[in-house]
Amino acid sequence: MDKIERKKKFAEMVVSLPSFVWLAVFFAAPTLIVLSFTFHDHTANGGVAAAWSLATWRDLVNPDYPTIVWRTIRISLEVTAWCILLSLPCAYAIARLPKNIRAMVAGLIMLPFWTSFVVRVFAWKTMLHPDGFLQRCYYIFLDIRTWLFDWLPGFLQSFLCWLGLATPGAADPASATILDSELAVVLVSVYTFLPFAIMPIYTAAEKFDFALMEAARDLGAKGFYAFRKIFIPGVRQGIVSAILMVFIPAIGSYVIPQMLGGTNCVLIGNKIFMRAIQNRNIPHASALATVMALSVLVPIGAWVWWKSRQNAKDKKRLEEATRESILMGGAS
Amino acid sequence: MANDFLVFDRVTKRYGALTAVNDVSFTVNKGEFFSLLGPSGCGKTTLLRMLGGFERPDAGRIYLNGEDITDMPPNKRRVHTVFQNYALFPTMTIRDNIAFSLKLAKKPKAEIDENVEAMLEMIQLSEHAWKYPNQLSGGQKQRVAIARALVDRPQVLLLDEPLAALDLKLRQHMLLELDTIHDQVGITFLYVTHDQGEAMSLSDRIAVINKGKVEQLDQPAKIYEAPVSSFVAAFIGDTNFFEGVIESTDGDYCTIQVPGFGAIRAYNDKNLAATQKVHLSVRPEKIRVTSVPPPPEKGASINVFQAKVTDVVYQGVYTKYWVRCGDRSISSMKPHSRFLLDQEKITWNDRVYIWWHPDDAYMIENFSELDESLIQTPPTPPEDE
Ligand SMILES: Nc1ncnc2c1ncn2[C@@H]1O[C@H](COP(=O)(O)OP(=O)(O)OP(=O)(O)O)[C@@H](O)[C@H]1O
Ligand SMILES: [Mg+2]
Repeated sequence: MDKIERKKKFAEMVVSLPSFVWLAVFFAAPTLIVLSFTFHDHTANGGVAAAWSLATWRDLVNPDYPTIVWRTIRISLEVTAWCILLSLPCAYAIARLPKNIRAMVAGLIMLPFWTSFVVRVFAWKTMLHPDGFLQRCYYIFLDIRTWLFDWLPGFLQSFLCWLGLATPGAADPASATILDSELAVVLVSVYTFLPFAIMPIYTAAEKFDFALMEAARDLGAKGFYAFRKIFIPGVRQGIVSAILMVFIPAIGSYVIPQMLGGTNCVLIGNKIFMRAIQNRNIPHASALATVMALSVLVPIGAWVWWKSRQNAKDKKRLEEATRESILMGGAS
Repeated sequence: MANDFLVFDRVTKRYGALTAVNDVSFTVNKGEFFSLLGPSGCGKTTLLRMLGGFERPDAGRIYLNGEDITDMPPNKRRVHTVFQNYALFPTMTIRDNIAFSLKLAKKPKAEIDENVEAMLEMIQLSEHAWKYPNQLSGGQKQRVAIARALVDRPQVLLLDEPLAALDLKLRQHMLLELDTIHDQVGITFLYVTHDQGEAMSLSDRIAVINKGKVEQLDQPAKIYEAPVSSFVAAFIGDTNFFEGVIESTDGDYCTIQVPGFGAIRAYNDKNLAATQKVHLSVRPEKIRVTSVPPPPEKGASINVFQAKVTDVVYQGVYTKYWVRCGDRSISSMKPHSRFLLDQEKITWNDRVYIWWHPDDAYMIENFSELDESLIQTPPTPPEDE
């Protein structure tokens, strides 16, 4: 028995060794190297000094950084929220399709990946150009908004301004361009990451038992209520994966803000690039990368810890209840 | 019609070329335990789904409490379903599952708690209220599903083969429990099953359904004792069919000549005249099998035939005999009243007498040869020497 156990353990180790080595060499080691860079100063010719030093961390005190970190997190959260919001009904609709069409539609969602990501971002750049189609539509939208606003009674106008939903007077074309603004970054990020949100939610939705929706309707729930209270909790595993799949790359996003955000939407990814390549300050870039990684890992780690504690509690409760019922003679 | 509680009025439902429910009309009384009984695929679930609001009939109307509910969305109907696979919400505790409909109706919290506690008590699961559905046994899930559907007192409770997933012992137990619950709450139950035993033991009335049509609607005893068609006779319980021509009538009785078998005396409840064709159904338990002729005090008018035993199947409660008589195979069922091992045994190839009283045969109005396939056949093909 013991021997078999040991053999099993050994077999498990042998099987998992390659992936372990892979992770150690290509994930853990680089992370640690980056971390160690932050405790060295940089040299004038772009290298890393040999001596240990806290100079890099001292240099990190830069009034711009909190703004940029906060902007990165805020935009990532916005993008994540939009992606989840859009992919929930989408995944629901696909999962309800007849089985033979379902796989095809799910495949269509992956279709954009057949085109290079950079090419697609360039396409967006064209569409968002002041003479581009989307920008023209946006101008018309703004005109209509201004017209509607002027038409409103005065107290409603000031109320909307107070809420920050409107500004008096016609929008000036300069601040109404989408390109080189936060709006462009959010828009194209949502476009880019949406498939990563739809896929895990769709996978969960495919396993979801739609008879439960019928049961909810049967008990008096309207369609949307059933969607909210039964479908969304039912696919929460998929939603969690989707959040991670969107939020983590969004935090590290670099190409989209670089090409579409201009100077108005610099994110931490762009700053890291700037420090590493333009300023040739590898330790500084490493420190920024570490800050960025921690800003994602800490909340996620806290959540995982809280969740596992919750699960352990539930399990203990169930075990106690089972023991009790066995002691009581296994009634009911 | 408006005064009746639940009315199906000439309801038809088609799926493509297939007519799942064909011009069905029946009325359910308030507080009744009403069963829809029929073989797989006969349209029972389709009927329930139309009442629940999940399918629209192609023709006909459904009325509940005088109101036409045919086009009402499911959430507006005061009709709840106990689904065959329970459909409990896996992300909610038992308590939240049961409270679902009350929370939807925005009832005050005190009222919700009170009602949910009462339900939990009724299904004896108060101690498990905080558990999740996947932590319960099949029978417990079943009870939660019933409580969830009953808690806001619907006008009708629909049960779609609720016991099908349970094992035999649990099924028998839940059967009694369902009966008790029905008595307690006084709500109309519409029960779907293909198990005649379930339907017989629970229902006030049964609608036997075949190929999308109501074949017979009556009390359980009537359905069993006076089946209108060969389908009902063969589907509910087991039977022997005899086809013949009336030779003569005398008062309430008649003599029927059955080709390949002999002359049978039967009660002439349909008042048929001589030379008319007739189909008889004789239940196996009405036919006695003995190794000696029936005692003379049974009267001269009973039907007695000589036969040879081809098979004996011991079933604990009773023994089933298959006998060969003329060119027919006839089944008979004998309950074990005395200690079986003391009795003189009847075994294969024994020469026996089979006999039954003329009152024990029943004339079938609608006969279809197809239904003969529903009758049990001997476990082994009878050997002809
Ligand atoms: N959505 C559907 N599309 C096409 N045909 C259907 C559909 N639902 C049911 N049917 C057909 O309608 C007929 C009746 O089905 P129904 O589910 O009502 O049977 P049932 O009496 O409940 O049978 P069971 O005892 O097996 O549950 C069947 O032949 C079935 O194949
Ligand atoms: Mg069914």
